[in-house]
Amino acid sequence: MDLNYTDEELAFRDEVRAFVRDKLPPQISRKVIEHKRLTKDDYVTWQKALHARGWIAPGWPKEFGGTGWNPVQRHIFEEECAAAGAPRVIAFGVDMVGPVIIAFGHPWQKERYLPRILSSDDWWCQGYSEPGSGSDLASLKTRAERKGDHYIVNGQKTWTTLAQYADMMFCLVRTSTEGKKQDGISFLLIDMKTPGITVRPIITLDGEHEVNEVWLENVQVPVENLVGEEGRGWTYAKFLLSHERTGIAGVSRSKRELAFVKHIASEQSQGGRPLIENVRFRDKISRVEIDLMALEITVLRVLAADRQGRPPGPEASILKIKGTEIQQALTELMMEAVGPWALPFLPDSWGDHWLGERVGPEYAAPLAAQYLNFRKVSIYGGSNEIQRNIVSQMILGL
Amino acid sequence: MDFDYTEEQQLLEDSVSKFLEKNYTFEQRRQIVASRVGYSPTAWEGLANLGLLGLPIPQDRDGFGGGGVETMIVMEAFGRHLVVEPYLGTVVMAASCIATAGTDEQKQYLLPPIMEGRMRFACAFTEGGGRYDLDHVETTARMDDGQWVINGAKSVVMHGAVADLLIVSARTSGAVTDRNGISLFFVHPAEEGVSGREYPTYDGNRAAEIGFENVRVSGDSLIGAADRGLPLLELIVDRAIAALCAEAVGCMKVLNDTTLEYLKTRQQFGVPIGRFQVLQHRMVDMVMQYEQAKSMALLAAVKVDDADPVERRKAVSAAKELIGRAGRHISQQAIQLHGGMGMTDELNVGHYVKRLTAIDTLFGDADHHLDRFAQAESAQPLNVAAFERPRSKWRKI
Ligand SMILES: Cc1cc2nc3c(=O)[nH]c(=O)nc-3n(C[C@H](O)[C@H](O)[C@H](O)COP(=O)(O)OP(=O)(O)OC[C@H]3O[C@@H](n4cnc5c(N)ncnc54)[C@H](O)[C@@H]3O)c2cc1C
Repeated sequence: MDLNYTDEELAFRDEVRAFVRDKLPPQISRKVIEHKRLTKDDYVTWQKALHARGWIAPGWPKEFGGTGWNPVQRHIFEEECAAAGAPRVIAFGVDMVGPVIIAFGHPWQKERYLPRILSSDDWWCQGYSEPGSGSDLASLKTRAERKGDHYIVNGQKTWTTLAQYADMMFCLVRTSTEGKKQDGISFLLIDMKTPGITVRPIITLDGEHEVNEVWLENVQVPVENLVGEEGRGWTYAKFLLSHERTGIAGVSRSKRELAFVKHIASEQSQGGRPLIENVRFRDKISRVEIDLMALEITVLRVLAADRQGRPPGPEASILKIKGTEIQQALTELMMEAVGPWALPFLPDSWGDHWLGERVGPEYAAPLAAQYLNFRKVSIYGGSNEIQRNIVSQMILGL
Repeated sequence: MDFDYTEEQQLLEDSVSKFLEKNYTFEQRRQIVASRVGYSPTAWEGLANLGLLGLPIPQDRDGFGGGGVETMIVMEAFGRHLVVEPYLGTVVMAASCIATAGTDEQKQYLLPPIMEGRMRFACAFTEGGGRYDLDHVETTARMDDGQWVINGAKSVVMHGAVADLLIVSARTSGAVTDRNGISLFFVHPAEEGVSGREYPTYDGNRAAEIGFENVRVSGDSLIGAADRGLPLLELIVDRAIAALCAEAVGCMKVLNDTTLEYLKTRQQFGVPIGRFQVLQHRMVDMVMQYEQAKSMALLAAVKVDDADPVERRKAVSAAKELIGRAGRHISQQAIQLHGGMGMTDELNVGHYVKRLTAIDTLFGDADHHLDRFAQAESAQPLNVAAFERPRSKWRKI
C-alpha cells in the first residue's frame, strides 16, 4: 500500500503542469475560476490546444488517438487541468459518442467522425431524454422508420445540453415497438443541419440558455448513420454510461472550488474578522473538505481495481452521488459566504464585454445563479435516486 | 391557549387571498417583475383600498391596528403569490417604526400618505462591510447648524429606488461597531448628495446601492432618540424577520402542494413517481419541515410583540434559523423531485425556490440567527434599556 505518486508519476505531473501553464489562455482560466460564462469559442480553443498536444482523448485506445495513459496518469492530468482553471472538455463527443463509435461503429463512421471529434470540428449533443422519458429512458417514443436507405425520424428530444451549438446529435430512437421496450431502441448519428430539425431554447431558473428542446419532423437520416445493429441501441447507451468513470465524481474541479470557497471566506468579514475565522463557517468548509478527501481516495481505489482488470461496474454510481453532493455543497457555501452580496442579479456581468458597474465584490456576482444551476447535477446523467437504485440492485442485491 | 384566528383575522386572510388570486397570478406577477418599475402601482392601490397599507398603524391613527399575527396572515399570502411590492419596507418596517417611535408630527405627516398608497419607503440599514450586523454602521451623521449632515453608503437596499422616503441608520457617535451611537433618520432620495443605483435581485425584486455625500436633512428628520437607535432598529428588523418567516411559509406551502401534485401525476416506469417509496418519504420530510416552519412563524409572529426584548429576539432568531434550514431543504427537494422540469424558468417551482433562498439571506441567514439565538440570553441590553421597556411605555420616549 502506497498512496504517494512515484517519481515517474511526479515527472508526468510536471510535464502536464508546464503544458497547461503555456497553453491555457489566462482570460479563459480566469472565467472558469470565477464562474463566469464561457463561450463556445472558449471551449473549442482549449480543446484544440489539447488536441494539438495529442491529449484530447485520454480514454480512447491509442490507435484511435488516445494517450495510452494509465488511470493514475489520467487522474493527474485531470487534477492539473482543473486546478489551473481549464474548461472541462465537453463530454458529448470525446467521452460519450466517441467510445461508442470506436466500440460498435462501422469503419466509415470511425473514419468520418473520430478525427472531427478529436479536432473539435464537430460539436456533438446528446439526444436521449424526452418529455415523457427521463429516468425511464427505455420508454422513449421518438420513431425512426426505415424507408429505402433512410430512416425517417419523428419525435421530440428535450433537455438537450448546448444543442444550439451542435453540428451532430447522437440519438436514441425507437425502431420497433414489439417485444421488450429496450430491444426496440437504436442508436443514430444525426446531422443537425438536416431539414426538419428545430432547436428551441429552454431557459433555466438561473436565466441561462444551456438546454434545449429538439424537435424532429420527418428528418431523413441515411441508414449508414445507424451505429452497430438496429435494436441494440440500449446496449450501446448503457456501455456509454458506464464508460466514463474517472471524471464522474468531479474531484479535481471540487478541489478548485474548495480553494475558491476558502478564498472568498477569507475576503469576506464577519464581526470585524475574516469569515473563515468564524468557527461555524470554518467547520462547514472543513466538513466538505474531509468528504472530498475521502472521495478522492475512493475514486483512486475504484481506478486501481480497474487496472487489475475488473470490469467497470456500478461503483460509478457511488462516485456520482458523492461527487455531486460535494459539488452542490460547495456552491451552497460560496453563496453563503458572500452573504447579502449574493442577492444582486446582473447576469450580463459574468459574460464577455461587460462595461457596467459592479455591485459588491466581483467574485460574488455569479454565485447565486451557480448555486441554482448546480441543482442539475443530482438530476442529470441518471438522477441520484436512480443511482441509488442501481447500487441497491446491482451491488447489494436488494 | 388558542390557535384559531379571530373573526377579524379570518376576514383579513380571506380578503388578502381573494385580492391576490385576482390580481397577482403567476403570469401577472411575471409581467410585474419585468415591468420598468418592478412592482405594480395598481396592486399597491388595491392594497391601500383594502386597508393593508395601514396594517400596523393604530386605529386611533385610522390604521388597521394589527400586530404580528395580522402581519403574518398578510405575508403568508404574499409568499404564496410571490408578491414583489415594497410592502416590507413601507408597511412592516417604516409604518410600524413611525407608529412606534415617531413624533406626533412625524406620525401626522407620514402615516396618512402611507395608508393611502401615496408614499413608499425603503429601509437603508445594511452596509457593504457589515454582512448581517445591524450595529456595523460606518455611515455618519453629524449636527451642523441645526441640520444633520449624512455621509456614507448603504448596500442592497431592498426597493431602494422606488422609495419616496428612506429610513437610514447612521452613526452619531462611537466607533463603527459600537452598539451605542446609532441613530435613525428620514432622508429624501431627491436630496442633494444622495446617489443611487438600482438593480434586480435574483428573486425578482429590486434593490439599490445608495450613497450619501454631505446630505443635509432637517433637525426633525431624526427618528427616536439620537445615539440610541439600535434597539429601535432591532425591533423593526425583528418585525421584518417575523414577516419574512411568514412569507417563507407561504412559499413552502406552494412548493409542497406543487410537488405533491407532481408526484401524483408524473409517470415514469408506468406508474406515478409518487409510488416510489423513497420519494414518498422525501415528500413526508418536506411536509414535516413545513409544519415545523409554520409553527415557528406563528411563534415569531406572537413573540415579536412581546414586551421583553430577550423573549422577542429568541423567538424571532429561532424562527429565522429553522425557516432558513427548512426553506433550503424544501427548495432543493422540490427541484429534485421535479427532475428536469424543476430546473426551468417556465415552472413556478424555481421562482419560489429563489424567493426562499433570498429570504434566508435577508437580515441574517440561518447561521447568523443560530448565533443570535444562542447569545440572546446573555446579550446585555447595555445602556439602551430605554427603548426596551414594555410597549405601553413607548410613548414616553
Ligand atoms: C441541466 C440538464 C441538462 C441535461 N442534459 C441532457 C442532455 O444533454 N441530453 C439528454 O438526453 N438529457 C439531458 N438531461 C436530462 C436528464 O437526463 C433527465 O432530466 C433525467 O434523466 C431525469 O429525468 P426527468 O427530468 O424526466 O425526471 P423524472 O424521471 O420525471 O424524475 C422525477 C423525479 O423522480 C425520481 N424518480 C424517477 N424514477 C424513480 C425511481 N424508479 N425511483 C426513485 N425515484 C425515481 C427522479 O429521481 C426525480 O427526482 C439534462 C437535464 C438537466 C436538468
